[in-house]
Amino acid sequence: MSNSETHPQVSYLEYQGKYKGILGWITSTDHKRIALLYLYCIIIFFFVAAFLGLTMSIEKMRPGQDFMNAQTYNGFFTVHGIIMIFMIVIPGLAAVFGNFALPLLIGARDVAFPRLNLFSWYLYVTGAILAVLSQLLKGGAPDTGWTFYVPYSAGSSTNVIWALTAAFVLGFSSILTGLNFIVTIHRMRAPGMTWFKMPLFPWALYATAWIQVLATPIVGITLLMVIAERVLHIGFFDPALGGDPVLFQHLFWIYSHPAVYIMILPAMGVITEIFPTFSQKPVFGYGAIAISSLAIAFVGYFVWGHHMFTSGISYWSKWFFSFLTFIVAVPSAIKVFNWISTMYGGSIQMRPPLLYAISFVFLFMIGGFTGLFLGALATNVQLHDTTFVVAHFHYIIFGGMGFAFFAGLHYWYPKMFGRMYSDRWAYIAWGFTFVGFNLLYFPQFIIGIQGMPRRYFDYLPQFQWGHFLSGIGAFILVTGLILMAWNLIYHKKRGAIAPANPWKGVTLEWQIASPPPVENFDEIPVIKHNPYWFGTEEEIRREKKS
Amino acid sequence: MFEGASNLAAGVDRTFILILAIAVFFIVGITTFMIWTLFKYSRKKNIPARQFTGSVTLEIIWTVIPLILVMVIFFYGWKGYAPMRKVPADAMKVTAIGRMWQWSFDYGNGKLSKILVLPINKAVRMDLHSVDVNHGFFIPAFRVKEDVIPGYKNYLWFIPKYKGDYDIFCTSYCGLQHSGMNTKARVVENSVFVHWLDSLPVTGNIPDPEGLVLIKNSGCIACHSLDGAKLVGPSFQGVYGKKHIVVTDGKEVEKVVDDAYIATSIIDPGKDVVKGFNKGLMQSYRDKLTDAQIVQITDYLKTLSGK
Repeated sequence: MSNSETHPQVSYLEYQGKYKGILGWITSTDHKRIALLYLYCIIIFFFVAAFLGLTMSIEKMRPGQDFMNAQTYNGFFTVHGIIMIFMIVIPGLAAVFGNFALPLLIGARDVAFPRLNLFSWYLYVTGAILAVLSQLLKGGAPDTGWTFYVPYSAGSSTNVIWALTAAFVLGFSSILTGLNFIVTIHRMRAPGMTWFKMPLFPWALYATAWIQVLATPIVGITLLMVIAERVLHIGFFDPALGGDPVLFQHLFWIYSHPAVYIMILPAMGVITEIFPTFSQKPVFGYGAIAISSLAIAFVGYFVWGHHMFTSGISYWSKWFFSFLTFIVAVPSAIKVFNWISTMYGGSIQMRPPLLYAISFVFLFMIGGFTGLFLGALATNVQLHDTTFVVAHFHYIIFGGMGFAFFAGLHYWYPKMFGRMYSDRWAYIAWGFTFVGFNLLYFPQFIIGIQGMPRRYFDYLPQFQWGHFLSGIGAFILVTGLILMAWNLIYHKKRGAIAPANPWKGVTLEWQIASPPPVENFDEIPVIKHNPYWFGTEEEIRREKKS
Repeated sequence: MFEGASNLAAGVDRTFILILAIAVFFIVGITTFMIWTLFKYSRKKNIPARQFTGSVTLEIIWTVIPLILVMVIFFYGWKGYAPMRKVPADAMKVTAIGRMWQWSFDYGNGKLSKILVLPINKAVRMDLHSVDVNHGFFIPAFRVKEDVIPGYKNYLWFIPKYKGDYDIFCTSYCGLQHSGMNTKARVVENSVFVHWLDSLPVTGNIPDPEGLVLIKNSGCIACHSLDGAKLVGPSFQGVYGKKHIVVTDGKEVEKVVDDAYIATSIIDPGKDVVKGFNKGLMQSYRDKLTDAQIVQITDYLKTLSGK
């Protein structure tokens, strides 16, 4: 590639180490290669799980059984959930863009523990294989839902143990990645980069990493307890053995609620990088965004009970959990206000990453505001365990985290592969994805309000219109995703050569060649000012005075 | 949507409208602002970007205003919820029993019903009892829902305000037929209710035969119906003495269901699988049932075939 000719160092894509071909990739400890390994795995599993989702939506377009029976459907929604949650959105942005961009953004040559980083990927692949086996092995796909609620999960004769083990192993991958990022951020920032001169995506990753390290062990031990319950009949959770089924729900959500922030915080971080670049303007409220990430991570630990308002927990614990749930909404609101203010007064260029970022804000707001209905005790009673929750969750995770992933992918793609994709096809794919997404999930808010429960294979006729629209939306959405994947894969080898800095970004990753050389920086840069300075020295001095 | 079919509906719906108004205001406002900035500050206009970095005043404003709003919402949510936990002392008591995958309603004195019949304008307290896994008791029109968890004494209450039939759903995933676990609540005049309850036959106090108790406790009826319905496994109704095509070691053989066949099916369920059903879904009960208990179950199955 042209950049490497003028550059003394070879690019990380062309680098030839001890091994050739695929071995050169799966033995590489280069953070950029590991990021792409995660990316390819995630794309493959994403299409598998999206296919499961599509078939569920088609099955439900008419009431009654059409082409799959109830047991198959229950297996599909369980495996859809396990793959999407544990293999895509939890590692998702942190493993792909965190690995790729974190060392570049803080001016480091790699993460703190490169070999541990590769080991995390191997753990991820092991967990992923176990999860796929759980679907295929004799005994049948697990049918418990991704939440594994006991007593049902303690008794189901399907491959629940395989799925639990998969989630357990994937958890370790997550913990080790988190640990690696914490140490990297503490120890490897470029000279002069104080905490408050660090870009905001690393800030988001830092908050995320602490949740990964502190919360994931809890779900790990909980899943082991379910395995022990099934194999040894210990009686942690099964009331027939003297256990407590609600104890499981507490332990499960003590991790799985913070896990939502593991998913969304890096997404917010990516969005925070994109707005200043395309507005050519410093991010508005740097400090507020950095601190709000930490605030979300901290308060997010104490709101798990809002998943359990109808489970019979005590009156005052409901009061407490509802109250804190509302408190945790505030830092997210602060971020939204700062993002839109970053655009105000800028010089805005509309390109695909910005379009995805704006869509993120819109969909995330719908997801966030519908969360208020679920956090308020009175409305929670009506909406809990209905398709309203399904819609809310998908607006946050797919509309939020998913669209941020697409934004990040379109943003760093030129840096990753040294090529440009087609803007025109990126817009077309966005159109299908955005329309399809809303058509798929918005009707589920409405039928959910009317009382349509979730995880239903079959339903009463009054809910058909909603399921029918959802089915059409699912087709449009999948069309958009295929177009997007095609645009990115096709142009990986054939696209126009990307310049080092196609978006005129000012963070460190744009100051080196595209794709980056193996060692990232010839010389580690010395940081003098805040990460988002777009103006000339003269302008910066003037702004500081005023 | 806002039928107000129970005394609790108003508190829920008021909170709902409040949040909806706030949500629509902000979503529309912020989205409009974003789109406006795209045009107003488009790079095509060739106006250099201004380089300001923030405003403490604005940060305080958009921290405090959302904080106040969410506290107001929290307060309304709590206020709408608090009465749901205060059951009047004179409320009529009905126990809702959830089992995979059926509701039944116990009116006391052995009177059990498959649908929930209630007198209009009278407070009713539902005690929620599960015999197997978690279920969720949900009547959307009444705005009531509470999980039905084995070993937990959960409850809910309400006063139905209008006559009519209302859907009851199970909302906590409970396995194969989760989506089929629904029934009706029927609200009638008090005189009609009294007459209905009088004519309801007493069924609950007759003890089950020992074999049936074992079948229920072992969870058999989750997959094998007693009434001929095809579930995961063959129905128990009329099964004893019936000729079946079974798959043994991959070959199809004809077998009559007798004592030995039943014992094999319980201890080694994968050995002779009735054609049309899947192998591997049932676990062995080798260590869970004694030989004597298997005989009791077999004796009960005989009664279902009239033998």
